[in-house]
Amino acid sequence: MSMPGMYVSPEQLMQDRADYARKGIARGRSLVTLEYGSGIALVAENASATLRKVSEIYDRIAFGGVGRYIEFDQLRIAGVRHAELKGYQYSRSDVEARSLANQYAQMLGQFFTHELKPLEVEIVVVEVGIGEEANQLYRIQYDGTVMDEEAYCCIGGDADAVRERVAEGYDPELDADAAIRLARAALAGPEREIAAPDLEVALLESNLEDATHRRRCFRRLEDDEVAAALGDDDSDQEDS
Amino acid sequence: MPFFAPGDDPGASFLELLRRTGSEPFAGLAQVPAAEGGFGSLEGSHATTVLAVRSSDGVVVAGDRRATSGNLISHRDMRKVFPADSYSAVAIAGAAGPAVQMVRLFQLQLEYYEKIEGKPLSLEGKANQLAEMLRAHLPQAMRGLPVVPIFAGFDPADGRGRLFQYDVTGGRYEEQDYATAGSGSLHAGTVLKLGFRDDLSEPEALTLSVQALWHAADEDSATGGPDPVRGIYPVLAAIGSEGFRQLSDAESGAVFADLQAELSGGGSGGAARADSAGGDLSSAGGSRSEVSP
Repeated sequence: MSMPGMYVSPEQLMQDRADYARKGIARGRSLVTLEYGSGIALVAENASATLRKVSEIYDRIAFGGVGRYIEFDQLRIAGVRHAELKGYQYSRSDVEARSLANQYAQMLGQFFTHELKPLEVEIVVVEVGIGEEANQLYRIQYDGTVMDEEAYCCIGGDADAVRERVAEGYDPELDADAAIRLARAALAGPEREIAAPDLEVALLESNLEDATHRRRCFRRLEDDEVAAALGDDDSDQEDS
Repeated sequence: MPFFAPGDDPGASFLELLRRTGSEPFAGLAQVPAAEGGFGSLEGSHATTVLAVRSSDGVVVAGDRRATSGNLISHRDMRKVFPADSYSAVAIAGAAGPAVQMVRLFQLQLEYYEKIEGKPLSLEGKANQLAEMLRAHLPQAMRGLPVVPIFAGFDPADGRGRLFQYDVTGGRYEEQDYATAGSGSLHAGTVLKLGFRDDLSEPEALTLSVQALWHAADEDSATGGPDPVRGIYPVLAAIGSEGFRQLSDAESGAVFADLQAELSGGGSGGAARADSAGGDLSSAGGSRSEVSP
């Protein structure tokens, strides 16, 4: 893109784009992903019950996005398509988060440098390991930077502060309920509370007994399940 | 990574996505020249008797395990009943290769739709998707590779089991009580017709299904009976409000053993007919389906 009679240095151009993307992302609420004893929890602050930030991509892979909904939802759909096509052409076991994360990085990098405006999103791609396999957590930024995270990973406007709060309470042996409680406390910070209906929670668990879920590890928690996990059932947070 | 412009997006159709990314799901066979003499002369594997019966809890789907190529048995343990998703099943008869491929595409389509749209298709929508696949498959069916499925599932919107029968052209017919397909469907259908009641419980529907398959295997050389020597029994699946559940070989074997014991114990004086399990099935209990001379 060129403007006649005006020179903008590449450094300035990239800086402006990065600022633009960061501002867009900072407007939204954050999302926490953390490993616990038997899986990975994805917890987002989301007042909408239908416009989702956390979704299933494939058997063992989940996606989380923050920023502009329409943009990360497009990425989610592209991810489902990539995974399904790969699984169809090869085998379900050949679909993995690492390759998906790289694809996302390429795409975001492409948008960042070549399109009129960068995507105002930050995403996570996580894969739960089966048996002795390690879990994989990837965080991908608006400019295509991929980070391979361990144990937990936070994205969104307030990500740094949230990450510090998760770090304080984190223990890899947490159970699912404790992980969800920690995520809520970290998302809320010391000054406020988040009620169960304003949390979007999904779990990736590889050891579910249920035969229909053995392949598909993703499970979205309903509001009442979230409230039960938080121990909110009879607290006044439900009324807010 | 596939990314489409708005207005050019293939939406929630996996088949359309395949076409758009250059792998036409049904194209490989469209180029096959018609076989001389049509269907009968082709030596591909052909799947045989499958059926579905409505019960008071939902629906039961069953299929034998034999695949034949001409007069040879090509597989003894073939599976013709598959979960389509967690609340429905698809059973196939016809040319085995394209039928299995169609099931795979159908399963992928249902899951793909669910993920893209964030909620599963209605049961009716699933039945229509299968009809669409059959229509796409029609050129191959005309070349002698027909696929005839049965689709059955629990409809959470209705709170009951529903079943659908198809023809090779993609015609979709909802049945109220039972459906059969394959070379042994005439015999299986007769047994189901005589034995069906509106209030069949799930175990009763399973027993009736097993009975129907046994009779089909007895009359039709392309349908396999129970094989206790190898421990191979028809695939039985039950779908209710709890979702799809396939019975293990041991459970299916037990349904057969129960039927056998019941029939040989309460013989009605008719001619004893020994099946491959060495049992006596001369009388079919409350649903007697054969009159012995």
